[in-house]
Amino acid sequence: MSTFLDSSDRTERGGPSRTATGHRSLRDKQGNAPWRTIKNRLCTGLLTVAMALGMLPLALIIGYTAYRGAGVLDVGFFVENEPPWRRDGGGYAAGFFGTAYIMLHAILYSVPLGIATAIYLVEYGGGKLAMAIRFFTDVMTGIPSIFVGLFVYGLLIGALGFGTFPAAVAIAIIMLPIITRSAEEMLKLVPDEWRNASRALGAGKATTIVRTVLPAAAPGLATGSMLAIARGIGETAPLILTALGSQVVVTAFTDAAQSAIPLQVYRGINQPFEAGIERAWGGALSLFLLVLIMVILARWIGSRTTKRRG
Amino acid sequence: MHRWRSTAVACAAAPVLVLAACGTGDGDGGGNAPDGGELSGSLTGAGATFPTPVFQEWQQAYGAEQPGVSINYQSIGSGGGIEQFLESTVDFGSSERYLDDVDLSEARQSRVDATGVEDCEPIQFPVLFGSVVIAFNDQDLDGMVLTAETIAKIFDREITNYSDPELAELNPDMDLPDQDIVPVHRSDGSGTTYVFTHYLSHEVDEWAENYGEGTEVQWASGTVGGQGNEGVSANINQNTGALGYVNQAYALEAGMPQAQVINADGEAVYPTLEATTEASEEAEIPEGFQFDIDDIGGTGYPIAGTNWIFTYECGYDETTGEILRDYWTWAVTSDEARELALELGYAPMGEELAERVTGEIERINSKAVDGAEVEN
Amino acid sequence: MPVTVPGATPTLRGRRRLADPVFRWFVTIAATTVLIVLALMVVTTVHDAWPVLASEGFFGFLLGDVWDAGYARHEITGTYGAWPFIYGTLVTAMIAIVIALPLAIAVALYITQLAPRRIRNPLSYTVEMLAAVPSVIFGMWGMFWFLPVVLRPYVLEPLERWFGWFPLFEGPMLGPSYLGAGIVLAIMILPIMTAVIREVFAVNPTDAQHAAYALGATRLEVIGNVVLPSSFSGIVGGTMLGLGRAVGETIAVLMLVGSSQQWDVSLLFAGDTMAAHIAATFQDASPEAVRGLMAIGVALFVVTMSINVGARLLVWRLGRVTGDSAV
Repeated sequence: MSTFLDSSDRTERGGPSRTATGHRSLRDKQGNAPWRTIKNRLCTGLLTVAMALGMLPLALIIGYTAYRGAGVLDVGFFVENEPPWRRDGGGYAAGFFGTAYIMLHAILYSVPLGIATAIYLVEYGGGKLAMAIRFFTDVMTGIPSIFVGLFVYGLLIGALGFGTFPAAVAIAIIMLPIITRSAEEMLKLVPDEWRNASRALGAGKATTIVRTVLPAAAPGLATGSMLAIARGIGETAPLILTALGSQVVVTAFTDAAQSAIPLQVYRGINQPFEAGIERAWGGALSLFLLVLIMVILARWIGSRTTKRRG
Repeated sequence: MHRWRSTAVACAAAPVLVLAACGTGDGDGGGNAPDGGELSGSLTGAGATFPTPVFQEWQQAYGAEQPGVSINYQSIGSGGGIEQFLESTVDFGSSERYLDDVDLSEARQSRVDATGVEDCEPIQFPVLFGSVVIAFNDQDLDGMVLTAETIAKIFDREITNYSDPELAELNPDMDLPDQDIVPVHRSDGSGTTYVFTHYLSHEVDEWAENYGEGTEVQWASGTVGGQGNEGVSANINQNTGALGYVNQAYALEAGMPQAQVINADGEAVYPTLEATTEASEEAEIPEGFQFDIDDIGGTGYPIAGTNWIFTYECGYDETTGEILRDYWTWAVTSDEARELALELGYAPMGEELAERVTGEIERINSKAVDGAEVEN
Repeated sequence: MPVTVPGATPTLRGRRRLADPVFRWFVTIAATTVLIVLALMVVTTVHDAWPVLASEGFFGFLLGDVWDAGYARHEITGTYGAWPFIYGTLVTAMIAIVIALPLAIAVALYITQLAPRRIRNPLSYTVEMLAAVPSVIFGMWGMFWFLPVVLRPYVLEPLERWFGWFPLFEGPMLGPSYLGAGIVLAIMILPIMTAVIREVFAVNPTDAQHAAYALGATRLEVIGNVVLPSSFSGIVGGTMLGLGRAVGETIAVLMLVGSSQQWDVSLLFAGDTMAAHIAATFQDASPEAVRGLMAIGVALFVVTMSINVGARLLVWRLGRVTGDSAV
């Protein structure tokens, strides 16, 4: 605060023009006011430049991925299996199917669990247990995904082999804390009056939550879940240790290595042949688009809700 | 309220459904759709990255003959191939290193743990030979002559410049540049590394003492690592003075300048397909297929490796066993499979060896389990 | 209320009497899953890593700088010193923070203070969207384009040429390096740091800002004297979250750091990080090497946990910030 108080003192020294009431005109720039204006302009400029600098690489990534991947994407890319890496054509059907299969199960495990945890925290929590759960959920969002992969490998692969199920468990563990946290925020937004009204009408606590609180929070819960899905769909590291990968469509649930888009992309760029690398860019672009669709849908649902509430 | 909820659900489900529809459009790979070929089912294999290009070609060609069969081979590395085979998480494993007697007894034991079947003999057989070549950044160095000793010294950082007198002596006709050497190696575990370090360990005692052989060794500082064949070649292409080892199939594909290496008969050999084939025929192969291709002479290229496949005598269901036998017999004996291998810079096996291997393949899943003899 | 049907009330009561506790138990059990999963994580990985930690000793493992994995199945024959990876992780994460923090503050300030009101929301959505870009895409972009086309000729090579005498920039420069990986990491963590810091600025009380403006302060003075000081602990929290991300990031770093399994003080050195080393060598590891990698995993877990717990405590002190739940 001191800077501008000092400077306002200093302005007294100049030969100020006075208004009719004898006060100094606010329009006059005196003392170190020009310097302050220049500093302000410099800072504004710097911030704008930093903004551009921060956004530039991200624009470049989107541009380059689209540039390399767009030529690869056609209908065949989504429905055909990948040929040998050195051959052109074919597609990532295995990856798309695998990602859908894994994500479906990951969503099935993590969304109900995450929302139930949030219900506990908001509707029943308050004690030490709730504090601990809230804290460790927060902490869990920061666990490296490769560590989750190591854990699932140690726990499940020896018994079940690589495949859809261990991969889904790993992705679900990554998604769970994200869903819990956002669901908690959304449930808190439901006004207490609605709960009280429901209880006053004779509904039990469980009924109130299922019939009143959850429907009211539904769009918000969907938004949070979608953002978690967007995060889970792009995970590569844990899949290396749990799904292993496949170039053909795999329908088995356990004991048969499964594919996924990010995994197939990762395998594609770690091999020497140009055709396989081109396909990997196609895979990267479609993964990018999937994530974008998820995030935009999430925001769209979110914004419609706010408008309705507003 | 209700409208929004259902929109949300529909939006969440839509991409998944679309994807599932796309996926199942091609889904007969894993299911039971015996149209065309008589076999139907799926195989999962994992292991060496070294033969992956051939295995992929084989899977596609075999898939054309047997549309009901889908084979999934994941190139995770040779060590991984052995481990996953021992853990029975895959139907077959593959590696540049054969299973020694310790591995074999380990395999017997873990088959009991995994399937509960006693006395299941592991089966291993070679399917391919391939070479590891020394590639350069500088096109002018194509054909430069190296020996095992000089290669070892380059990767030990004892020879650090192309104008080193030791290199000049080997290449009297070449105008070697005054340029620092940047040795590039694989940073991931790799069968290519195993073949390369095995050759150096066998030929150079000091290398065996300091580095040894393996899919991953402790490299000297001042060398640079690359992830996969692609990473190595990227590093070779981007660094002036770089030199590294890559799979021959890739060097052929990328048209990289390569070194001639002096073999056991003192011949400087350029890594051509003929030189690799020659090398494989030089090798003497014992019963049980536990061998290394060392001391190659004649016109054979000396840095050569073999790829083995690992399976079991029992413990597969009947269809899987049948597909395993049929696929590998096809891979080893059919003209189509042999041509594909040659085209990619790998040497298939000679007639006599192929016959011995076929006999071994017949043993896969041949052993009676629960009193029921499985038909061959 | 229809209490007119006498028979209905008892059934409703009975159902409720049963439904409420059942529901309560159900959500309580669901909620404790997080704790169970976390505990299982620690127990499984520490158990798997134990033989290596026992044979190397805790400090031997953390500070030993030779990593020479053995090939045995039942005993420990190799040498397992994780220092090269720990060092690489710390250095790349530090580079990332040093670059990303000022940028994140600037972008967040731009969005909250400078940007025209119309584009503030779209801008912050864009930032959140970018936080969800999969890391494999950052890695590919870095490996195929950014490193060879931009970083190498315009950053790494000049550094080596002009400052090669300084130990931090000593050659040989080979492309993949701590600095290359750190710069791409900075780009990756920028969105999440921006999202958190923007949130902190957005909740900054506007009355103090308005008061400062009313006293004649310029925008710079408002930012420097009002907004930044009161957001300090939030910025620290956001930084720690970014740091946690940078430390745990795997695939993109793996493609750019060089994977040499060694370390050097030079930022141009092609080194290795904990997460990248696990991902690079895990599939091909022997059983004893798997244990070694599990031990690295445990070390990584401890590092990220400490960073996260620190960050959470700071952010919690400030009141909960919702921005990071989105990413």
